[in-house]
Amino acid sequence: MAFDKMELRDIEVWDGNFAAAQALRQCQIDVVAAYPITPSTPIVEGYAKFLADGYVEGEFVMVESEHAAMSGCIGAAAAGGRVATATSSQGLALMSETLYQASGMRLPIVLNLVNRALAAPLNVNGDHSDMYMVRDSGWIQFDAYNPQEAYDLNFIAFKVAEDHDVRLPAIVNQDGFMTSHTAQGVKTLTDDAAYNFVGEFKPMNDMLDLDHPVTHGVQTEEDWHFEHKARQHRDLMVTVMPKIQAAFDEFEKLSGRKYNIVEEYDMDDADVAVVCMGTSVETAREVATEMRAQGIKAGVVGIRVLRPFPFMEIAEALKDVKAIAALDRSSPNGAAGMLFNEIAGALFNTDTKALLSGYVYGLGGRDLTKAHLRDLYKELQANADAGKVTTQLQQFIGVRGPKLAFL
Amino acid sequence: MLEIRWHSRAGQGAVTGAKGLADVVSTTGKEVQAFAFYGSAKRGAAMTAYNRVDDKPIMNHEKFMSPDYVFVIDPALVYTTDVTINDKESTVYIITTHMSTDELVASQPKLAGKKVFTVDCIKIAQETIGRAIPNTPMLGAFMKISKMYDIEFFKENMKRILGKLPQKIIDANMLAIQRAYDEVK
Repeated sequence: MAFDKMELRDIEVWDGNFAAAQALRQCQIDVVAAYPITPSTPIVEGYAKFLADGYVEGEFVMVESEHAAMSGCIGAAAAGGRVATATSSQGLALMSETLYQASGMRLPIVLNLVNRALAAPLNVNGDHSDMYMVRDSGWIQFDAYNPQEAYDLNFIAFKVAEDHDVRLPAIVNQDGFMTSHTAQGVKTLTDDAAYNFVGEFKPMNDMLDLDHPVTHGVQTEEDWHFEHKARQHRDLMVTVMPKIQAAFDEFEKLSGRKYNIVEEYDMDDADVAVVCMGTSVETAREVATEMRAQGIKAGVVGIRVLRPFPFMEIAEALKDVKAIAALDRSSPNGAAGMLFNEIAGALFNTDTKALLSGYVYGLGGRDLTKAHLRDLYKELQANADAGKVTTQLQQFIGVRGPKLAFL
Repeated sequence: MLEIRWHSRAGQGAVTGAKGLADVVSTTGKEVQAFAFYGSAKRGAAMTAYNRVDDKPIMNHEKFMSPDYVFVIDPALVYTTDVTINDKESTVYIITTHMSTDELVASQPKLAGKKVFTVDCIKIAQETIGRAIPNTPMLGAFMKISKMYDIEFFKENMKRILGKLPQKIIDANMLAIQRAYDEVK
């Protein structure tokens, strides 16, 4: 091969950004087209350095905007290459038009999305507004809770996205700063083991296959548009989850690290449960253990796969729970909150009549403390004891000023 | 769980110091976490960085911390920020200053009655590395006060972490670490 391998220690102390950059190197990405933005910048910077130092055989395309970055990725993926990029916040907003192009054209691009608040007011810190904004764009979405998972989920994302039965782009989310700039021990794979897991890129309908000419991104209008969109939705609803599960299983065999579509923690006999994403899942797990020592049967449900949404898996995880808190790290701006709505939908036609309350928290990187979570579990227990939601359905955690509650 | 808060100015190397410490600790089989609050802070702005060390995986991602150690690597921050915020009775302070510990505590009454150690990391860095980068000397002082690792073991590991720098700079950092180890009181 025309590139050098890198000797890694079994455990490296990496932040989430560097972990993702290392994963991109080990997957041997052919093309990264990127317009760097805080806090995701070090991912593409890292890839560019690996490329310059001869550790990757590929191409870094510098572009004039995030719209152009994703457009470049689309071109390269349609040509028949393994393609990735990274962005955050406003960058993703500018990319959003092309995200629908990528998924509609069934191009298996991997986007590392380092979650950050959306302006105004301008803020570079972590919340899930950008993740929520593109949740209906037809991309598969994975969520990492720490740097180790940001590393691992990149391999899984390529494996699933590039499967010829899937052929859909995938986003790997990680919390801006709380994961992306937090260094923790990351158990590494060797270059060979990592590359063999994702495998050689196998092109499909690639434009550079000149013997089999194809057209990408055609106009269909009323006669065919609906069929294409329905087919894409069908694949997300039917095909993708089993492929993700298979990739999780295979990854566990390789690494010993087990991933689940819905991550349950102490849920077997839980009376009260918190459902959340990102770093909050891990902090909530620590607090749930504390609460059990105080006699509250607390559990945590982490969303590992946001799209396709694990409708059945969520209903199963929550079926015996008495009170649930849905934690949304994004302002619903006039609605109940994405997780609140999705969970309500998943449980509505079941026998589970758990008390569901929604919480908006952590906007613009505002800290979610263990003290917040202790209070939250106590409130859920109070709901369970009273047999009804004792507060309004939507509350805010950690916001200053007079208490806000709605619904 | 061991928790450390660094008070620094952006550009003085607190993040590098925190990550370097995490890297050394990780080689001994412990779990580590190193992070910082950046915001859009520019060079020279007051900032904080953090370390967590534990025997089991660290799941706590809250930014709130009631630290076991507070490192202050810029002398003026003792007066312009509250370096004692969220501390506990057992919190140990290692503060960069040209003053003696008694003079420092007299000049900042908030430190009265607390476990305070002082070392002039700025001067040490200027005299060894040639620049006021007080992060590695602070770690030398920390090794002395905490008795976390043998100083030779620590220096060997720091040589690996600083590996990409020119040999002259690495040697100067080793001198700085040793001097702070010897001089902290």
